[in-house]
Amino acid sequence: MQSGKTAEEIMQEVAEHKGCGTSGGSGKASCGSSAGSGDLAPEIWEKVKNHPCYSEEAHHHYARMHVAVAPACNIQCNYCNRKYDCANESRPGVVSEKLTPEVAAKKVLAVASTIPQMTVLGIAGPGDSLANPAKTFKTFDLISQVAPDIKLCLSTNGLALPDHVQEIKKYNVDHVTVTINMVDPEVGAKIYPWIFWKNKRLTGIEAARILHERQMLGLEMLTAEGILVKVNSVMIPGINDKHLVEVNKAVKSRGAFLHNIMPLISAPEHGTVFGLTGQRGPTAQELKALQDECEGEMNMMRHCRQCRADAVGLLGEDRSSEFTVEKIMEMEVEYDLEGRQKYQEAVEAERQKESEAKHAELADLSDEFAGVKMLVAIATKGGGRINEHFGHAKEFQIFELSTQSAKFVGHRRVDLYCQGGYGDEDSLETVIRAINDCHAVFVAKIGGCPKADLKAAGIDAVEEYAHEFIEQSALRYFKDYLGKIKSGEIVHVEKGDATIRQGAFTQESAAA
Amino acid sequence: MAYKIVSSQCTSCSACEPECPNNAIREKDGTFVIIASKCTECIGYFDDAQCVAVCPVDDTCIIDTSVPRYEAA
Repeated sequence: MQSGKTAEEIMQEVAEHKGCGTSGGSGKASCGSSAGSGDLAPEIWEKVKNHPCYSEEAHHHYARMHVAVAPACNIQCNYCNRKYDCANESRPGVVSEKLTPEVAAKKVLAVASTIPQMTVLGIAGPGDSLANPAKTFKTFDLISQVAPDIKLCLSTNGLALPDHVQEIKKYNVDHVTVTINMVDPEVGAKIYPWIFWKNKRLTGIEAARILHERQMLGLEMLTAEGILVKVNSVMIPGINDKHLVEVNKAVKSRGAFLHNIMPLISAPEHGTVFGLTGQRGPTAQELKALQDECEGEMNMMRHCRQCRADAVGLLGEDRSSEFTVEKIMEMEVEYDLEGRQKYQEAVEAERQKESEAKHAELADLSDEFAGVKMLVAIATKGGGRINEHFGHAKEFQIFELSTQSAKFVGHRRVDLYCQGGYGDEDSLETVIRAINDCHAVFVAKIGGCPKADLKAAGIDAVEEYAHEFIEQSALRYFKDYLGKIKSGEIVHVEKGDATIRQGAFTQESAAA
Repeated sequence: MAYKIVSSQCTSCSACEPECPNNAIREKDGTFVIIASKCTECIGYFDDAQCVAVCPVDDTCIIDTSVPRYEAA
């Protein structure tokens, strides 16, 4: 283990850090959206219930890790530039160090022993997992031998997917993510400058047409094998934003399980084509409107943090700097399967309590104000509780409240970002811009000054539910709010739009 | 001539290595290099130089003018 600490001390730190030492609870899948386990076939629930990327509810409790064993790619995307690699930066396609399959397997053991709620190992690049099939499958082979309880997943652009479905099945990879940004090659030609196909670089509509055909074929082959498929789509305003409704229908009809529409990341300093041409990303309202439009069709994932290809930890945090090759080579790791199972049982018990508390609160809401909806922001460091100080929050989770539900609809980054040009701005203004569409922000603690400034911006800072469950607390607040509308004390008003900050949190940027 | 890799541009992604029909590409000091004596510019194998076609950074796999042009036997 790490220098001088016992396993127990590290477990204790993990538990305190997460606020889940006492934690647990099941009951509902919230697969990206809020679908309950009751809506899912038992065998599917079993596959997603502790997968943080496939279940919104699981992402409050379970962690994932990516190992960067797949550096090569077989296509070029206008939102991707693999050349730029800032350690303080977080977005897909970026890593600090590449790993061999052998080192990757050692890293998985080190992380699994330190973070008992780490349940999922993914290969997401930094290139394309299936453009590096030998490295990807060798990694799966090694990990399935040493840590059989860890779920394996991969993500791919789909070009090579039909060639590898049998091998994916062989290694029991039961979650595959395919990035599909279009079902019309004319749209695709604006997103993909080229593909490498049958020993040639192809461009334009021909390239996009082949990619599209391979994506659809691969998706159909996976779902025919019973493998759960999540489709990721990058929302690029003016290029594929309206078109993604068509994509949603196409992938649903081919059996995709979950659709994750993500905002384009296009800061000019990343050096991507879209960054350099000034292509903007969507606003928070635009993104939510599109997700809402597609939600009638299928489960939507809204909790994606667009993490790095070497991310480690809960979604929204990145502990990869604790597990560099140098550090893991010094760790003596003993894989404690029983200890991991015990820890996860405690998590399940906490989840159950959380779910029951929420349902009890919902049962109590009358339908008199069925039309009233509001967004609230939550400061949390995991475990499904309001347990982060306002000033320490690196992100806020956004919940939409109504008399029918408390639904997770997104998250907003607010940590200072190394090269985004935000370094000098007032951090409180950053937060207000990021949660400007919310009526309230729930925190474990907040100072008097920011509280007053938030109030002036029309955002109520709420401390009274510190360390309580998120959804139960938010619904109680909502009930009070409805009571005040009824008594005429307040009038419900719609809030404005909010800004989506780019990238995700890394430890270095917090320390900087 | 043969191709060479501009090391300051190379992202070390390894995409070129398995595509080379001559097994002429190796990892060296964190980036990839082409062994000039093995490179045939893909003549006899493919219409396009594979390293150039698959490289994600433009103008990174380029003709090495310091060695004589490859001639097919």
